[in-house]
Amino acid sequence: MLAVEILGFEKTYAAGFWRKKQKVGLKSLHLEIQQGEVFGFLGPNGAGKTTTLKLLMGLIFPTAGSARILGKPWRDPAVRAGVGFLPEQPYFYDHLTPVELLDYYGSLSGLSRADRRVRIPRLLERVGLARDGSVQLRKFSKGMLQRVGIAQAVLHEPQVVFLDEPMSGLDPVGRREVRDFIQSLNREGKTVFFSTHILSDAEALCDRVAVLSGGELRGIGVVSELISQNRGQFELIWQGSEALPAMKALAADCHVAGETVRAIVEEPRLQEALDVLKARRTQLISVNPLGGSLEDYFLRKLGPAGEVER
Amino acid sequence: MSRRIGAIAFNTFREAVRDRVLYNLVFFVLLLVASAPLLGRISAGVQRVLLVNLSLTAISIFGVVISIFVGISLVSKEIERRTLYPVLSRPVGRGEFIVGKYLGLAGTLFVNTMAMSTGFYAALFLMTGQFTRADANIAIAIYFVLLQFFIVIGLALLFSSFSTPLMSAIFALSMFVAGTFAGDLRDFAQMTHGPQGWLASSISYVIPNLASLNVITRVAHDQLISGALVGYNSLYAALYSAVTVCGAVLIFSRRDLK
Repeated sequence: MLAVEILGFEKTYAAGFWRKKQKVGLKSLHLEIQQGEVFGFLGPNGAGKTTTLKLLMGLIFPTAGSARILGKPWRDPAVRAGVGFLPEQPYFYDHLTPVELLDYYGSLSGLSRADRRVRIPRLLERVGLARDGSVQLRKFSKGMLQRVGIAQAVLHEPQVVFLDEPMSGLDPVGRREVRDFIQSLNREGKTVFFSTHILSDAEALCDRVAVLSGGELRGIGVVSELISQNRGQFELIWQGSEALPAMKALAADCHVAGETVRAIVEEPRLQEALDVLKARRTQLISVNPLGGSLEDYFLRKLGPAGEVER
Repeated sequence: MSRRIGAIAFNTFREAVRDRVLYNLVFFVLLLVASAPLLGRISAGVQRVLLVNLSLTAISIFGVVISIFVGISLVSKEIERRTLYPVLSRPVGRGEFIVGKYLGLAGTLFVNTMAMSTGFYAALFLMTGQFTRADANIAIAIYFVLLQFFIVIGLALLFSSFSTPLMSAIFALSMFVAGTFAGDLRDFAQMTHGPQGWLASSISYVIPNLASLNVITRVAHDQLISGALVGYNSLYAALYSAVTVCGAVLIFSRRDLK
């Protein structure tokens, strides 16, 4: 059984003063996410990531298409008992304390009072808010609110967790903590579907990613495969200028700094270049593959106009 | 289902209390207690009538203002601040959310009215030094005022389910004002014939009949309120509120959230 199956979601908004213009939010999206997978949903701002998550959560209605979550129709309220959701830049009732807020959400999720009493302190401890459980949320920083948001998303121990930009606006320590939390959810066997435009996070966490732009799916695949697909160039560094004339004919780019030479060679010519260096008895320092990051894949799929935060 | 509605209602009540909505009570009670001896000095004969009229009208105005201005923001504020997202991403139906919100504000108004009524009865006792059977009759007028609030909350919720807070406030306030003259409109409809009469009659049945819920002057003059009117008004308020809440649920269930 798939954790999430999106079957041709489309969303068009009415725009303009007379609401006669059509603005496309999402174009026929098909996605399948396996159980236990950490799936990254990448794209620049306005790509349609949040629209997809809001459709899955039943907060907006699709113009066309449907979805299944854990094998059931996505609009079935019973499905939501097995789903957790962290909205982008979450805002909670600021008159409540984290304990009161989680108690409220727990009761809405159908948890018994006894369960709530056990889980809430444990969860606050886990997200590092054990000491702030009785402080009103209006006094919380953005990072603390994000932690509360994560706590409410997993309070009822859902099988699938949807996180919309979970690292957005966090400092490096906060981002690291959220990363660790997602990894721990994955170790517990939960499916995590998170949207982000921070590629290093996706690269570090995800089994698979999908790239979305302009409401359209531009690419999808296993992270390691996408990265290796993109590899095609190698950086060679050696000492000695004897091989320079021969290498200039083979390399796309050559830089000389004193006795050290750096050259970029296409993969098909790599062996030939290494043979030249060996024949000239130069001192080879390193051979490194280039262009093997998710960012390169992302930019290739998006084109030059894509907005990327690294 | 009832547990989820109860949780939403309790959270709405708690929010109203912590947002200091009920602070007007202190002001109201102080005003009443202070005015009781003053009224006694002005005119000994009509002091009770004045106090009853003044107090119950004030309770009504305070409550209607809260019903409209908190009522219109019940849903719109949750959408605007996106506090609704973690709620509706749980096994909570949109209908349950609306009903919970309605009950939460109705509960707030109930507590509010009970507290203000206690202040009123304290002022009355301070002025007259005794309670009579006629004073108990005033409780019926207070009950009717409460029914008015339940109707107005339903209207505010209905309008806020499809329009902006400002427009919702204007619509709800207009309906309240029109509703206080519903009796006159029905009399006019009976006297008029043809399309105009039909139109007036239709409008008079769409707008809430708040006129029949206003018995403040009658109880101030010790006129007894019949049990039949209590029964009719209770049923009318329950039905009218149910229709407006159902309308709000129907509209909200089809609405895209921002």
